[in-house]
Amino acid sequence: MMKSKNWKLITLPFSKQNPITVQVLGVCSCLAVTAQLKPAVVMALSVTVVVALANLIISLLRKTIPPRIRIIVQLVVVSMLVVLVDQVLKAYMYDVSKQLSVFVGLIITNCIVMGRLEAFAMSNPPLPSLMDGIGNGLGYSVVLVTLGFVRELFGSGTLWGYPVMEKLGLYNIGYENNGLMIMPPMALILVGIIIWIHRTRNQDLQEQ
Amino acid sequence: MEYINIFIKSVFVDNMIFAFFLGMCSYLAVSKTVKTSAGLGIAVTFVLLITVPVNYLINKYLLSPGALAWLSPRLAEVDLSFLSLIMFIAVIAAIVQIVEMVIERFSPALYNSLGIFLPLIAVNCAVLSGSLFMQERGYANIGEATCFALGSGVGWFLAIVAIAAIREKLRYSAIPPALRGVGITFIITGLMGLAFMSFMGVKL
Repeated sequence: MMKSKNWKLITLPFSKQNPITVQVLGVCSCLAVTAQLKPAVVMALSVTVVVALANLIISLLRKTIPPRIRIIVQLVVVSMLVVLVDQVLKAYMYDVSKQLSVFVGLIITNCIVMGRLEAFAMSNPPLPSLMDGIGNGLGYSVVLVTLGFVRELFGSGTLWGYPVMEKLGLYNIGYENNGLMIMPPMALILVGIIIWIHRTRNQDLQEQ
Repeated sequence: MEYINIFIKSVFVDNMIFAFFLGMCSYLAVSKTVKTSAGLGIAVTFVLLITVPVNYLINKYLLSPGALAWLSPRLAEVDLSFLSLIMFIAVIAAIVQIVEMVIERFSPALYNSLGIFLPLIAVNCAVLSGSLFMQERGYANIGEATCFALGSGVGWFLAIVAIAAIREKLRYSAIPPALRGVGITFIITGLMGLAFMSFMGVKL
């Protein structure tokens, strides 16, 4: 059932084809929602669901979409999915949905979604497209969760709201939270460092 | 006076790129030379300046709770705000298409210099978020919304031109090979963001 080719579509975006560090797509949302772990995980899941389903739907429709109006068709499909995700979040996780504010809506214009639709779903059958969507969503999630983990742990000393640093007793021996970590610019610098490490290990990705 | 405050605030304090990281994709992809990035900056400002006021009217008279009361009192309880995402993106896609055709008809020179960027603006997050922030912050009238749109556009323009100028200079620096290109651009944007944070406490 799971051919090795399909499996590769899922694993490739983790490293060699990572949407954020290699393709540089969908950066906006990855920076703004990662000050804490919880919104980062919720955002990562929402994007994965939207990319996977949008890829599947567009791939099923790919032979009937006239090429001239394909952008509008794609936007309509994606925004329908995003509205669904937005309403589900509002219904079941109202506090997180407030924290994410406009960024759930901005999944519509998330370049990962449009980029995968254009580059993959328009020219491939449904099953590989679904796999490609899941893979890219998870590749995006890896970066998002890493950022959320580092920033919450060092910025506010908690993980998922649980006071890790306090329980370890680090404050008693003079440990202080690094306020810079929660600030937005630090997310950019952290992504820069992730790219640096990633490209040092994968020399073939380096730019001239 | 209120208009100037909103304008200055959206250029510096709430800068689309340095405070919210919106429109980063094109900001990273197109900022290789000052000339092209200035072209894209002008195009984004222009599209924001048209779409935000249009979406303001749509939000006020069609979508927000009780907005349909001007049609008939029976519709006063209708709340269509769940449709706002689809409406906004449809308006933006349509207006970008119209702007493209108008520019092509009346100014082929400008059209050729913007060419590839124009259709891409429809999926620039800075444009959609302009409309979403306008809805979330609830500006009092269309003038305020327009000032906000102009300010956001100018702020985005300044940011992309500044980073393009820095990247032109960076070509002559010795950067570690793994950091070249995207990596160093991220870090510099972070540092510029820190600099822009000094505007944060400014009360206007």
